[in-house]
Amino acid sequence: MDFGLSLEQQMLAESVTRLMRELCPLDHVRQVAEGGSAVSAQSQAALAELGLPGLVVPEVHGGLGLGLLDAAVVATALGEAVAPVPFCARHVMAPLALIAAGSEAQQAQWLPRIAAGEVRFGVGVHEQVSRRDGSGVRCTGGALTGTALFVLDCAEADHLMIADQTGRLHIVSAQADGLELTVLKTIDATRSVGELRLASTQAEALADDGGAAVRRVIAAGRILLAADSLGAADAMIAQAVAYAGQREQFGRVIGSFQAVKHMCAEMAAKNEPCRSLVWYAAHAFDAVPAEAELVACHAKSHTGEVGRFVARTATEVHGGMGFTDLLGLHYWFKRIGFDRQVLGGPEAVREEAAILQGWTARAA
Amino acid sequence: MDLSYGPDYETFREEVRGFIAANRHLAPKNAGRAARPSKEGVAWQKLLIQHGYTARTIPREYGGFGAEPDILKSRIIAEEFARAGVPGGLANQGISMLVPTLLELGTEEQKRRWIAPTLAGDVVWCQGYSEPGSGSDLASLKTSARVEGDEFVVNGQKIWTSTAKEADMIFCLVRTEGDAAKHQGISYLIFPMNTPGIEVRPLRTMTGHAEFNETFFTDVRVPVDQIVGQRGQGWFVANATLGHERGMLGDPDALENRLLALIELMKVEQVGGARVIDLPALRDRLVALQAEVAAMNYNGMRILSNQIKGEPGGMAKLIVKLQACELAHQISALAIDALGELGILYNGSAHERANGSWQWNYMFQLGLIIGGGTAQIQKNIISERGLNMPREPRLDLPKGPSAQGGQ
Repeated sequence: MDFGLSLEQQMLAESVTRLMRELCPLDHVRQVAEGGSAVSAQSQAALAELGLPGLVVPEVHGGLGLGLLDAAVVATALGEAVAPVPFCARHVMAPLALIAAGSEAQQAQWLPRIAAGEVRFGVGVHEQVSRRDGSGVRCTGGALTGTALFVLDCAEADHLMIADQTGRLHIVSAQADGLELTVLKTIDATRSVGELRLASTQAEALADDGGAAVRRVIAAGRILLAADSLGAADAMIAQAVAYAGQREQFGRVIGSFQAVKHMCAEMAAKNEPCRSLVWYAAHAFDAVPAEAELVACHAKSHTGEVGRFVARTATEVHGGMGFTDLLGLHYWFKRIGFDRQVLGGPEAVREEAAILQGWTARAA
Repeated sequence: MDLSYGPDYETFREEVRGFIAANRHLAPKNAGRAARPSKEGVAWQKLLIQHGYTARTIPREYGGFGAEPDILKSRIIAEEFARAGVPGGLANQGISMLVPTLLELGTEEQKRRWIAPTLAGDVVWCQGYSEPGSGSDLASLKTSARVEGDEFVVNGQKIWTSTAKEADMIFCLVRTEGDAAKHQGISYLIFPMNTPGIEVRPLRTMTGHAEFNETFFTDVRVPVDQIVGQRGQGWFVANATLGHERGMLGDPDALENRLLALIELMKVEQVGGARVIDLPALRDRLVALQAEVAAMNYNGMRILSNQIKGEPGGMAKLIVKLQACELAHQISALAIDALGELGILYNGSAHERANGSWQWNYMFQLGLIIGGGTAQIQKNIISERGLNMPREPRLDLPKGPSAQGGQ
């Protein structure tokens, strides 16, 4: 019995954290964000050296063959650094889609290239969670038509993993005819999401499994967004505590006032159980698959709520400075805001959790 | 991450299950919140000790089972008794607070005299700590004990003495060194509740019941050897037990059980022909609480793992009292909202549900948020010990690491 991270997982997290401290300090994040690319090339290259593109790809296909808990500790480290690098969708959700619903031939064709960083996927599954502005993709005769909104990690993507309205997953080339990918501008300049328009675009379908694979991919994405939000919240709490220890008013550091200390204590008290929840959800994804979808919902919704509280409270601890662009605290604030909504906000995800437990019928 | 207990522990689990199946007919039926266990309760407690299912690691010479500490076995015992719905060992203030204190700081004679009958449920204790003027600032307590010959003479008043009416004995903080700095002038006395000069008055709370008492001392004479630790060291003796109390108030199994009862309530109760759980606003709150209870459960497993490895509990542990008490309160609050107007029925009214226990819990749990170190004191502890934030300037605290703490 050991509820916690293995030594290897702790080392993996430390490696990512160390790399990001070196290659991706706030000044660099700001540079990338203001450049509008959402990708730090130097961070991406260093993380590829570490093997992140093949993190969850089985060893037989040239990857590291690690599990979702390993991916989650990486996501937490990236969230802590507000690192502008594609990760959740490109390096985890896309290969997991192939592992779940790819034929042997498809796995042999795609997984080694994913692990080697030769193909870069974006992932569009949002219509399975929430359809907005008429989005939705139909598949007819092996070709896709329609719109996918909030395609994740779309920056520099050369391929896209897209769910049609039945939940079946398809691979399309970013160069295919009838395909148009537009970047959406969000609050979070460290992530890339896009709008994908498809008009009779040729696609390579994965297995028609009644939506099982896409549900698993969404569960993985939710757990990783929760892990990312956790890391971002950790960073905001640490910054609030540090700032409160330096800033003086009324002849004292403000961190000695109970009003300020209690704000920090509340953040820590709400955030710390999220760590165990995220770890368990990631562990369950591989070890207790029957529980994975439900606990992924819990992790996503609860870190979403706690993240919002921490983002707002940590900003308030910084007073007026927190509201400025000077400290850059808003990068974490916005990252947490992104993590909360993408792949389902707390209310939507809680409703899914209720449906999964048979507490209510699925709405038509 | 390895959540299996392994074959040895699963064998142990089977033994526990076997014991419960064979003996559950002997368990007391309405253990409830009674301060003094019934005859069946005492017999059950003795049977549990004999088999090592409570008082497990307390040495045999003091009336325990004498096993090596094994956190997982203790955990399995707790899990199996909870799962079977059979009462486990007694968990009163004598067992949870006084016994660990005596084991750590008592004299050999005190251990031999008091631990065994306390564990067996034959001797019931109450705690004399808080005073009307000394709550969070417990060390400012004023109940005095002056020495006359070979006796302390105790005068003053304690409050929140739950079980004082039923108790045989009290463990009590008193000021013996009037001239010393406030943390250094306190002693930890133990004496019988039938000593002349003790008056117990029930303290009615907002629940309408008297779960607590006020206890008054007028020239209560206590032999000078009925002290735990040295004169003037009572503060440090008491702090050893406060840690035990905080652990007691944050039990994740208790949260899980309250949540399951709430889910059941919302599935069964109907309003306008629809199940309450079918109402989206209430269902949303239920799932939100379920996620929080899950988070606290896994947080508890993390603390357990740290204990097994001999690592400090860290932030995961510091937050338990604050979060668990708040969560328990919110579970009761949702149950009352799920019942709506039925939720206000109380005191045996027609249409009342579960004997009004949701309302009672809602109110009593607010008491638990305040008691045992208020939520605000918990936040001080989290920020100072967990986040290393500076203390409020304090005028009354002598310097030095041993003088910290406070209620």
